[in-house]
Amino acid sequence: MIHQLTKNCNNSKSIVIIGNGVAGITCARNIRKGCNAPITVISAETDHHFSRTALMYIYMGHMRYEDTKPYEDSFWKKSRINLLNRFVTHIDSAKKQISFSNGENLNYEILVLALGSKPNKFGWPGQDLKGVQGLYSYQDLQLIVENTKQVKHAVVVGGGLIGVEMAEMLKSRNISVTFLVREKNFWNIVLPAEEAKIIENHIHEHDVDLRLDTELKEIISDEKGRVKAIVTSKGDVINCEFVGLTVGVSPNIDFVKGSEINTDRGILVDEYFETNIKDIYAIGDCAQFINPINGRRPIEQVWYTGRMHGETLAHAIATCEKTVYNPGHWFNSAKFFDIEYQTYGDVPSKLPENLSSFYWEHARGQICLRIVFEKSSQKFVGLNVFGIRMRHVILDKWLTEGRTIEYVIENLSSANFDPEFFEKHEKEIRNTFNRNQFNITKGI
Amino acid sequence: MKNESISISNPDKGKLNSTEKFSVALIAIGLLILVLSSFNVKLNNNVYLPISLSSLLVGMVIFARQKYLNDLPGIKNNGVWFSSLSSRGIIGWTVGIILTSFYVIIYWFPSLLGLGENGNANTGLVALFDPLSLALNGKVASQWFVYGTLYTLCITGLGYKFILKYRHNRYQIIRTIVVIISQFFLAYLIPEIMEGLNSDQAYFAKDVKNMWPLNYYFFDSWHIDNMKNGGTMGMIYLVWGIVLFLFVTPIITYFVGKRWYCSFVCGCGGLAETAGDSFRHLSSKKVSAWKFERYSIHAILVFVFIMTGAVLYNYFTNTSTIFGLDTYTWLRQPYGFLIGAAFSGVIGVGFYPMLGSRVWCRFGCPLAAYMGIFQRFKSKFRITTNGGQCISCGNCSNSCEMGIDVRAYAQKGENIVRASCVGCGICSAVCPRGVLKLENADEENRINSNPISIGNNSIK
Repeated sequence: MIHQLTKNCNNSKSIVIIGNGVAGITCARNIRKGCNAPITVISAETDHHFSRTALMYIYMGHMRYEDTKPYEDSFWKKSRINLLNRFVTHIDSAKKQISFSNGENLNYEILVLALGSKPNKFGWPGQDLKGVQGLYSYQDLQLIVENTKQVKHAVVVGGGLIGVEMAEMLKSRNISVTFLVREKNFWNIVLPAEEAKIIENHIHEHDVDLRLDTELKEIISDEKGRVKAIVTSKGDVINCEFVGLTVGVSPNIDFVKGSEINTDRGILVDEYFETNIKDIYAIGDCAQFINPINGRRPIEQVWYTGRMHGETLAHAIATCEKTVYNPGHWFNSAKFFDIEYQTYGDVPSKLPENLSSFYWEHARGQICLRIVFEKSSQKFVGLNVFGIRMRHVILDKWLTEGRTIEYVIENLSSANFDPEFFEKHEKEIRNTFNRNQFNITKGI
Repeated sequence: MKNESISISNPDKGKLNSTEKFSVALIAIGLLILVLSSFNVKLNNNVYLPISLSSLLVGMVIFARQKYLNDLPGIKNNGVWFSSLSSRGIIGWTVGIILTSFYVIIYWFPSLLGLGENGNANTGLVALFDPLSLALNGKVASQWFVYGTLYTLCITGLGYKFILKYRHNRYQIIRTIVVIISQFFLAYLIPEIMEGLNSDQAYFAKDVKNMWPLNYYFFDSWHIDNMKNGGTMGMIYLVWGIVLFLFVTPIITYFVGKRWYCSFVCGCGGLAETAGDSFRHLSSKKVSAWKFERYSIHAILVFVFIMTGAVLYNYFTNTSTIFGLDTYTWLRQPYGFLIGAAFSGVIGVGFYPMLGSRVWCRFGCPLAAYMGIFQRFKSKFRITTNGGQCISCGNCSNSCEMGIDVRAYAQKGENIVRASCVGCGICSAVCPRGVLKLENADEENRINSNPISIGNNSIK
């Protein structure tokens, strides 16, 4: 296949990609599918690409590090993708050269920055003490293994996905956890109140001391410079030997700042992932769109978007056709302890005036469905689901076709993706919907 | 940088509460009786056999309840790569060596277990099982009766454990109930009782689901003769065995995949799914292992066809050689020794703690190979990948006892259509993002390809 595509304007250009996460690696692999150019992927994190989303499973003993590598080591040689374990310190865009911490240099003709993120720290007193850390990289994983030996009680700060994953990780090693969440509802920038409530109950069920509406004020050191307690915004002192900071991540672009490449919070790019410097691109967590695309956020820090950035830019490089980033309907997924979550389309946590939603929850809790639609046209615009798996292809199609909520409810079974023999809820959902339909059509 | 594995000793587990200690003690008592009788310690078999078997079963049940019912339902894989038993540690190797030795003894040195040879009465472990054997089939026990009883006990007790472990997943619950019932009744109880009721007739295999070529002696002349001389029932078994292989199996496999056999009714599969569950992640996912697998399993399929062909040729022509070679010496005996005993038993089960739970099913079983051909080329079964939702975490591949790199397909948005998949459904169960679904659906688009993930409209 590669040989059929050898007529390509970038075929002999040396392509250098910094970062071997999902964005950088997807980009490298997809360039290789269509083009013979020499490709080098540089990372100081690990020799090979691994799945960042699986770090928690290494800690919990479900998998080993080597099991989290999506490709066998021999794959890279076979694909002629050169891997380099180096720490990049400087980009000289005039000379088209990057420098490494060991003093070596490397020339490039096309440079792709896929630098990823780093955990946020907001200037708390004591945030750099021993036993205080975030979780993003493989090194963070090594550190948390070291930091949580002998730990009896831990505090996790920040109510997002990594926070709940870290709580689950710590619980797997019999470490009790206090979980501080600034908001009044769990993950309320994403989840509506009902969904948040389900997760809050489930977190409690797992014996995690969840404290909503509570912030971290200070981390207190023992005589050896290690955390011994924290103070909350409510003045409570909680003794602990470990603090996990999971208050979001930001682009990992320190060495790019001060270069000619324009940055803000991330590396500024247009809809082609082009920076202000010719032949330098940025993708994944570290890219910030000057003009947000299709109403999405300017920085997209999700596995799936990293993959899509990589695919899109690779297409542009491999074919020499300018390719505008055009993501389709939003989708995402997560797992909160034992509750699986999927979302498709738009489900704002607070509904704007023109939207309404239908919400169904199983009597036992833990399973729920929310369908958001336009009041005026009844058009389906998105759904959240806990505890039922749904078919991406079907929901993507319904969103594209602009189906009505009635249609979605009526055909819900065809979107069910639960394993065989699972309890079916569609009939109950339909009955609930029909009972409420008067209210729904009125948009109440 | 060197990426050494994050090696941590078992973090703070291992403390047993008093109920767990009690259950472990029960299992220990059950095993101790078996060991003592093996060393010919005089025990009253009528008393100690029921004590041993019920201690083992009750111990397993209590242990499983303690282990899983105190936790919320959900995936229970914490520490599987830390535990010595399930990560090829010292306990794993010890168990492996004991199991392997047990198989070697049972196949080739049954007298060590006390099998009475040349008309002598049983002693030791085999004698311990005489009362049960006499009750069921009216004869004294053989080493195979001992084996079958313990085998059924393991599937029952550890199947119960499996059900509790996956109690949030109805596919797993139903599948495991079928596994236990198939083993307990179809493979064990009914054949033993039928044997007792027809004790005047010569032996033939009475497990209705244990078909050729897994049961490789089905077409041996003695076996055919015994079925032919076994009256109506014998003829039913003979015809059923052929119909099952030629028609029933391909048809069911077309509709639901080979899982109907491998993960629901097969005894080898049943043991792998229940007793072997703790070892499923140990299977190799390397491409090289897959290559080896395709050679080995199909070579054995060819071997069994040639061997059986020769045996049948001899049967119908009343000869004992083929192309001048003695069939027994050159084909039948090597197959029975190398494949029937050494591979399926010694390596297949004895090596659970080293190579994972489905070594035989993956690399050896000719019936699995036969059904695999249908599954790969003519079946409605596949594991559907859910659009672009895969996060490449690897839980699916890790859990695949057949060593399929499920993730390699899922992360490309491709369905998994593989000859070897036994449809146990654990990949789907452990997936944290709802990506995998075992299903039977239209053959069209069964094998799909999505070079660009769903949700990205940038590339036309």
